[in-house]
Amino acid sequence: MRKTIAEINEKIKKGKAVVVTAEELIDMCKKQGVKKVAKEIDVVTTGTFGPMCSSGLFINFGHANPRIKMGGGKVYLNGVPAYAGLAAVDVYIGASALPDNDPRNTEYPGDFKYGGGHVIEDLVAGKEVKLEVMTYKTDCYPRKELSTWIKLSDVNEAILFNPRNCYQNYNVAVNLSKKTIYTYMGILKPELGNANYCSAGQLSPLLKDPYLKTIGFGTRIFLGGGVGYVAWWGTQFNPSVKRRKNGIPLSPGCTLALIGDLKQMKPEFLRGASLTGYGVSLIVGIGIPIPVLNEEICRWAAIPDEEIYAPVVDYSNDYPNCKDKVLGEVNYAQLKSGKIELMGKEVPTGSLSSYKKAKEIASILKEWILKGEFLLTEKIFDFPGPESGYTFKSLKIRE
Amino acid sequence: MEEKLVLHFPPTLIDKPIISDLVRKYDLHFNILKAYITPEEEGNLVLELKGEEKNLNSAIEELKNMGVKVQSIKSDVKMIEERCIHCTVCIPLCPVGAIYFEKETESVKFNPEKCIACGICIKACPTKAMVLTI
Ligand code: SF4
Ligand code: SF4
Repeated sequence: MRKTIAEINEKIKKGKAVVVTAEELIDMCKKQGVKKVAKEIDVVTTGTFGPMCSSGLFINFGHANPRIKMGGGKVYLNGVPAYAGLAAVDVYIGASALPDNDPRNTEYPGDFKYGGGHVIEDLVAGKEVKLEVMTYKTDCYPRKELSTWIKLSDVNEAILFNPRNCYQNYNVAVNLSKKTIYTYMGILKPELGNANYCSAGQLSPLLKDPYLKTIGFGTRIFLGGGVGYVAWWGTQFNPSVKRRKNGIPLSPGCTLALIGDLKQMKPEFLRGASLTGYGVSLIVGIGIPIPVLNEEICRWAAIPDEEIYAPVVDYSNDYPNCKDKVLGEVNYAQLKSGKIELMGKEVPTGSLSSYKKAKEIASILKEWILKGEFLLTEKIFDFPGPESGYTFKSLKIRE
Repeated sequence: MEEKLVLHFPPTLIDKPIISDLVRKYDLHFNILKAYITPEEEGNLVLELKGEEKNLNSAIEELKNMGVKVQSIKSDVKMIEERCIHCTVCIPLCPVGAIYFEKETESVKFNPEKCIACGICIKACPTKAMVLTI
């Protein structure tokens, strides 16, 4: 049995495609075997909903009268600085941006109440956001200052462009030191007080197609409640990581750069995040459809939590000092049970990524496809695979 | 009269027999619900105090004068359900299991009865779903 995306799309248009979520697929394969299920199923939907700092938004505000050149000046949205090194009224606001006067970690651990991720959440929720500009005057752009209110429907374009989302597997963070630490993986209590993870495991998109056989440049996806696309491979892309026999990377592997129209998105699937002692971020909802083109793809998509292992890493000393030490490996079934065994100790677990929301996303994407509203795309080109030798380097500091 | 209190002891007072002295002096009954030391070395004691109203109030007054921060558990922690994304990251941090995962609904739930208002979940929640209401 081999199917093509064109054939699957024909079935979707006729309302005849068979679509299941990755969670449903796992169940079916356990009961009926991959061979039989692969023939039956056309599309498997996946989902994830977690903080992804490498996210942000391009905005074009339109021109004021008289004109103002924001490019090269300073631009703030609700007090949060946006990057203005672009044309006159284009800016980019990153998820991790903080107001200039945020105390950051001077009052340790900092609260990080509001930042770029929250601006994006406010915009997508239709709220009014304060725009302030301070810049220099030119003959064609005479205005030097501006202060006004905008909302999403006022601006020309609002393009969410996230250079790195959707990590294929992630570390489980613990703290071996004697004091509480505040990290991007949450609050970690001393001496293995807790273990935090951040992946939807068996629902997570890139764990379901570990070699990116069906996902590439141009793949249409669910992004933040609207339709988006895979825009490139993500930054820190690392297909060459060590993998288990089933293809699952032993450490964080591939990533995706994603793009989509914010005006289609919903605040339920894009949320600002405050990470005490660390900073702000954006919680992004992503769902990727996997066409079941053959049995092998079905087998990968059916890999359950029990067979997806994540490395446990100490965030008090090893992570900050780039030591590649892995304290142990645990699978997502163990992580989701609420406790793991580590170094002879029972350690309670918590997740930063929401499995409940990931499941909701996979179900919504399934509905879209069943209703014929969402067709699959053929990728325009493949991303580098493990055989390419593509990997990611660290920064060497030199004089 | 009965009151549920959280007492925050500065490090200098941690090893003093303050409670047993007070209980004797004002003829109170007490029940310790939870005792722990924060990373900042502040001693926290959650307890129920029972006794005559005026004695209870004098005891609380005396604690405050000694530099102990007294917080009534009526000043409470609340979960704003619409803000909760059910991530679970707060669960292992709660010292009394007041936040828990409900398997049937795959949701994170909050039991205000058990909560001792320690505030750690407020720091831990990325979406500010846990808040202090006074
Ligand atoms: S404040 Fe939060 S962490 Fe502390 S006891 Fe209450 S629910 Fe638990
Ligand atoms: S950390 Fe916040 S969002 Fe996550 S489960 Fe707890 S209350 Fe809900």
